Amino acid sequence: MAEISRQTSQRRIGQSLGETAMVPVSLAMGLIDAPLRWVQKTFGLGGMAAFFLLPNMLIFGIFVLLPFFINFAYSMTGGTALFLSDRTFVGVDQYARLFDCANYLNPNTCAEDTFWTAVSNTGWFVILQVTLMIGFSLVTALILNRELMARSFWRAVFFFPVLLSPVVVGLIWKWILQRQGLLNFGLFGFGFEPHVWLNDRNWAFAATVGVSIWAHMGFYTLIILAGLQAIPKDLYEAAEMDGTRAMRVFTRITLPLLMPNLLVVIVLVLIRAVQIFDEVYVLTGGGPGTSTLFVTQYIYETGFAAQLRNPGLAAAASILMGLVLVVLTLVQLGLSRSRDKKGARK
Amino acid sequence: MSRAIEFLFRRKGGKGWHWTDIVTWVWLIVGLFVMFGPAVWLTASSFKSPAALAEFPPTILPYVTQKVTVEGYDKPLDLYEVTLEDGSKATLAEIRRIGTVSQMVDPEKPAEIVKVNIAKRTPVRQMSFATENYTEPFTHFDFVRYLWNSVFVTVTATLITLVVNSMAAFALSKYEFRGRTFAMLLILATLMVPLSVIMVPLYSIVSALGLFNNLWGVILPTVATPTGVFILRQYMLTIPDELLDAARMDKASEWQIYWRIILPLTAPALAVLAIFSVVWRWNDFLWPLIVLSRKELYTLQVGLSIYSGELNVQWHFILAMTVVTMIPVVLVFLFLQRFITTGIAGTGLK
Repeated sequence: MAEISRQTSQRRIGQSLGETAMVPVSLAMGLIDAPLRWVQKTFGLGGMAAFFLLPNMLIFGIFVLLPFFINFAYSMTGGTALFLSDRTFVGVDQYARLFDCANYLNPNTCAEDTFWTAVSNTGWFVILQVTLMIGFSLVTALILNRELMARSFWRAVFFFPVLLSPVVVGLIWKWILQRQGLLNFGLFGFGFEPHVWLNDRNWAFAATVGVSIWAHMGFYTLIILAGLQAIPKDLYEAAEMDGTRAMRVFTRITLPLLMPNLLVVIVLVLIRAVQIFDEVYVLTGGGPGTSTLFVTQYIYETGFAAQLRNPGLAAAASILMGLVLVVLTLVQLGLSRSRDKKGARK
Repeated sequence: MSRAIEFLFRRKGGKGWHWTDIVTWVWLIVGLFVMFGPAVWLTASSFKSPAALAEFPPTILPYVTQKVTVEGYDKPLDLYEVTLEDGSKATLAEIRRIGTVSQMVDPEKPAEIVKVNIAKRTPVRQMSFATENYTEPFTHFDFVRYLWNSVFVTVTATLITLVVNSMAAFALSKYEFRGRTFAMLLILATLMVPLSVIMVPLYSIVSALGLFNNLWGVILPTVATPTGVFILRQYMLTIPDELLDAARMDKASEWQIYWRIILPLTAPALAVLAIFSVVWRWNDFLWPLIVLSRKELYTLQVGLSIYSGELNVQWHFILAMTVVTMIPVVLVFLFLQRFITTGIAGTGLK
């Protein structure tokens, strides 16, 4: 009894504390109320709707839509000036420069060789990362979907890195992959010589793929898991009655029914992989050389970090990347729509 | 004993172990180490002194060689356990090392120098947590500033996000007006315009507004999140309109309806958005990196990346500050993980 009364009194204290903290906020809201009643009286409900929508639309307009549209104008101008009014119109020169290649398969023959190196790196990165990411997330989701002891604990285990900041992720792995790092220590136990992983072109590239999978697979695992849990249980019960093998249950029941969900996840992973930047920038900085330079870093460096900035060229490259993303997003919308339709028909 | 093992490994319904069970548990255990291990390793390393960090092979816990002050020598000397030529053991301090021979001295008898082969000596180690890794960056570097900047950006951006997005969501869910579908589509379309696509012109706009090298330049572009509007609108649609009508009967203004009825009822969705927003803004990197070029304005993420990119990385400080940067996110993970995972599973948004 004493325990309960103590709890309620604690709760009451907490409540009154919360109420005291809210006093200035309530006062402010009361003060806003009077002019807003006037707005409501003058412009009606439509006016109020506009009022509620206004701040959001203003911010969207200034910081998303406006940049989106003037990006096209930027990509048509040259020089190093920051503001559009100071820049000279050059037509499609920036695009021409980006596409000026003797042989598209060999970045070294291009005028902007770093751009094409970044494109080809990103291409390989996307292919490898998306395949492995889907593989790992799918297996993890299948395992988490089984009857497990402490399932929510295990789900949390795989989700943990998702919350870490890209900078922290980059630093954690930079620390592990360095010369005196944990990986070399582990391999040392098996008699291998210490290796400076991030100074090796291929290993550095593999590290960017591995680290980005480590950081994000928990997120996709959750989405796939949600898809798995939506598959009716009676199908599995029927399969068990018939004594169907596990492999066959997977290929005949799980995979087909999961496919729509999986396709959406694939496109989501693709969209994110194309834009890879943060953790790689901290982990390798694009190096050694340009072996882990990706498109977003190219845009960032061309537009902001390089000695000779070229905002026009960066804008043109960002529009090309935007095009790829729009195509991918449209594919995703198409896929989720067809998934919804299938669901409705059933 | 065998009974105990049998008990531990028995399965529901008395079935035996299937190969999928073995795969499951191997995967989970390996996953446990791979997912948590790196962060745990980083935290353990952050308590090591620079000398201990340079050691290979590394130890898990922070050990340092014990030092002793010997009469006649300015600096404290390293202590070693030495096997002498007659086979007896002694604890000696090292003065200097020449090739494979170490000149040592007994702290009790500082006059007498003993020469020992380095193979015959092992350092006397003791555990020592290098807490100065944590305290020094706060006094020598601007880390207090960075921490404050990060907290300011995170808290302000989250508060504005909640107010602005809930207002928009209220308008889009509870009012009929021309252009409603258009506004909704416009907001969803911005999902397709990530930062990496518009960063060049966005930078010029932020500069034109005088927000370059200003924390508000980091905050404002991020606060109108399409995800936020979407989550809140879906939730508000479930609030019955009759409630609003009843309040209007009682002469409540629209603002009061929003403030007194809608917001309290949307609390669970607001909480989810608040958690998301805190994690997003705390972790933001590319945009602050572009907008903030003055050292005193760096957020933790930018400061960390700049310091870790220097030629001589002071890893002992970087590691400790990485741990500090990780703390809020780990707290969110420990206490609110359930909210987030169900939020993601429900909306598919991050």
